[in-house]
Amino acid sequence: MSSIKILKPDELIRIGYEPPRTAWMDTPVDFRPGTWSYSAAAKNLTYLDLPNPRAWQPYDENWKLPENWKQIILDGMRERLEKYRSFKLFMDLCVRCGACADKCHFYIGGGDPKNMPVLRAELLRSVYRRYFTESGRRFGRLAGARDLTVDVLKEWFYYFYQCTECRRCSVFCPYGIDQAEITMIGRELLNLVGCNINWVIEPVANCFRTGNHLGIQPGGIKDMLEFLADDIEDRTGVRVDVPLNRKGAEILFVAPSGDFFADPGTYTCMGYMMLFHEIGLNYTFSTYASEGGNFGLFTSHELIKRLNAKIYAEAKRLGVKWILGGECGHMWRVLHEYMDTMNGPADFLQEPVSPITGTRFENARSTKMVHITEFTSDLIRNGKLKLDPRRNDHLRLTFHDSCNPARAMGLFEEPRYVIRHAARYFYEMPEDTIREKTFCCGGGAGLGNDENIEMRMRGGMPRAMAVRHVKERHDVNRMACICAIDRSTLSALMDYWVPGVTVMGVHELLSNALVMKGEKERTTDLRGEPLKERTDDETL
Amino acid sequence: MIINLAGSLLAVLILSLIAWGAHGSAGLASLFLVVIPYGAFAVFLAGFVWRIVSWARSPVPFRIPTTCGQEKSLPWIQSKPLENPSNTAGVIGRMALEVILFRSLFRNTQAEIYEGRTVYGSAKWLWFFGLTFHWSLLVILVRHMRFFVEPVGPIISGVAALDGFFELGLPTFFLSDAGILAGLTFLFLRRVVVPQLRYISLFTDYFAVLLILAVAATGTLMRTVFPADLEQVKTLALGWVSFSPVVPSGVSALFQTHLFLVCALLAWFPFSKLMHMGGVFLSPTRNLANDSRMRRHINPWNSPVKVHTYEEYENEFRDQMKTAGIPVEKE
Repeated sequence: MSSIKILKPDELIRIGYEPPRTAWMDTPVDFRPGTWSYSAAAKNLTYLDLPNPRAWQPYDENWKLPENWKQIILDGMRERLEKYRSFKLFMDLCVRCGACADKCHFYIGGGDPKNMPVLRAELLRSVYRRYFTESGRRFGRLAGARDLTVDVLKEWFYYFYQCTECRRCSVFCPYGIDQAEITMIGRELLNLVGCNINWVIEPVANCFRTGNHLGIQPGGIKDMLEFLADDIEDRTGVRVDVPLNRKGAEILFVAPSGDFFADPGTYTCMGYMMLFHEIGLNYTFSTYASEGGNFGLFTSHELIKRLNAKIYAEAKRLGVKWILGGECGHMWRVLHEYMDTMNGPADFLQEPVSPITGTRFENARSTKMVHITEFTSDLIRNGKLKLDPRRNDHLRLTFHDSCNPARAMGLFEEPRYVIRHAARYFYEMPEDTIREKTFCCGGGAGLGNDENIEMRMRGGMPRAMAVRHVKERHDVNRMACICAIDRSTLSALMDYWVPGVTVMGVHELLSNALVMKGEKERTTDLRGEPLKERTDDETL
Repeated sequence: MIINLAGSLLAVLILSLIAWGAHGSAGLASLFLVVIPYGAFAVFLAGFVWRIVSWARSPVPFRIPTTCGQEKSLPWIQSKPLENPSNTAGVIGRMALEVILFRSLFRNTQAEIYEGRTVYGSAKWLWFFGLTFHWSLLVILVRHMRFFVEPVGPIISGVAALDGFFELGLPTFFLSDAGILAGLTFLFLRRVVVPQLRYISLFTDYFAVLLILAVAATGTLMRTVFPADLEQVKTLALGWVSFSPVVPSGVSALFQTHLFLVCALLAWFPFSKLMHMGGVFLSPTRNLANDSRMRRHINPWNSPVKVHTYEEYENEFRDQMKTAGIPVEKE
């Protein structure tokens, strides 16, 4: 998994929740291996015109900050207090009731009090009070205020890159204080002085240049999709098209690039292609807008906009009617909550209507982008798909609600509707761990890298324990999800905590069950694993 | 950490002693009974408005509510309008649930690791005592209105009658008095006893609870053990509201202390975390409808950014695209 040593699961789960003896303002950060991410490479910052490109690492004593770094941060804070009501309110509103404390997966899995959302926010609030409130200026520490120092900045870096912006705490907060937004602003401030991580900035730089996080160039995308089409033909006997940058298509399809490239996401991508082929959808992929995901979200609002702009631009260039989006979590946070505001209005597109069922997606009438599980559940509801769920009988499923579709959209029923029609053995995890209370995979928001492995396993522990519960109770062996980051990070998480459970996208599940015109008899699923033999007395 | 607790105890004690000690001095009576109350109320009003305005002056650039239930999507999928509102009516309902019943706090659970597995126990005590405290405070405020109006209207009398429904003791012991003391005691003990809570608590957190507790305690004492001269109190209050203040003789030291602590609370309120009372209504994650894809939200400072255009992209990759058979704009 990684070269960094990590405790065994039964040792890692021995977590002490007792706070340290020293007050939190007097407890410095310990950059121990496995709990932080490498700094961003200078070339990536340079490519994106971001400040202070240099060689440094978080464990260095000297972070090579610009001389006036403190002024930059404080000016940046002032600017953001004036630009974001949310930020200003969230600095003032908290009463420290502590309801959020044990809602954070990093706190549950690690026990570090600064991972209690309330305290993670206080890291920033204490500086806000010192420089922007009268009581903080006057009474200092008694008013919960402290000076901005290099150590404080290091603390921000450590803990704002130990928050996956999953918003679970916000569900429980009586004032709806959203730690995700506080972390986003915190990271923005850190970015102003060049303190960022490569696992975020490199995908951003790649995406800016090649259109996708992985840096795949147009020829590579074509090769990969053709390769997936070969695999589909091998499994099903049906040859599907790979439409790329095709003008005149009715729909532009945008997926997370992880689905083109890395198992098990590729099977999900095969699922999309099989579905679109079967219903005869007039669509196209784009190499320029080959990424729905947006690591700008983990950097700054400006970078969200810079990366996201290409989706509408490409839809306009190709002349499509509307846009369909694949299975990805934070991608949908951006599409749902930011895209129209940042890069709209999309007045060159039409209100989305399913060409197969005629259903008008009124909930997407302004943004003109539809989530694929909305699209597919409508197909199923209207009887447009022939499904044989028995082809998934070798799978005993559970479903992981990805943080962003759950708590930034409220997309709960559509994926479940698809799952229930595509499979027969489906078991929900405990109520406190699903839907709006779902737990993060531990590696979202750009933290899914190898060097951060201990925090990933800690942060993912609550999710993994819920999976273990359904594994023990119902023999669950597969977890479905609608997020490309999940497909990658949950796989590693399961290997560590719950070996024997693997991860899949909902459209992989669907296409296993999808009966296609002209297909050969299927003996394996998309992964080439044998289907369960049927007995005669089994009925649908 | 301990200094925050000790400091706030001391602060409340000093405030009480100031008022108590000043009692009986004819020269200071008008200061404590007229000047300070007017001043405190003015600071409260102006401060409250200033805080709300200062929050409201920052725009809401994005529409990012926290969604806690199924969104409104396809017509045959049951949505949850109160947990994930898609229109103003839903938002009002959600906010009402939040403010009147503390909906979000009702979700509270307690995470524990028990025999190597995670357990999420029910933890409704914070919700229960938080709600008890806030509702009791509201009822007490309404009851106090009888000092400020003449004749006392049916709403105020009705609330007081309900509040004293059980008719325990003489004079009647109000439920709200028990509620506020119980609620505050719980909130205080929780902060002192739970190690994590103690770790995050600031001076202001203890001070808020202790100050209100002192107000409630002095008030309850006047109601039960050392009755205040209600005629005098009413004369004083009516004097304030008619802007012809009178300084009644013979208000007790306990009353003067009670009043001074209330004044301290009022004057401090706008600059403290107690402003959550006004701020909760402005919270963008709760007061916005989740209709981001239905209606375009306008960001007033939405400014242009540097993008990588398709033209730049094709210029870099044109040869490769042509080789792969991907359509290009310029041959």
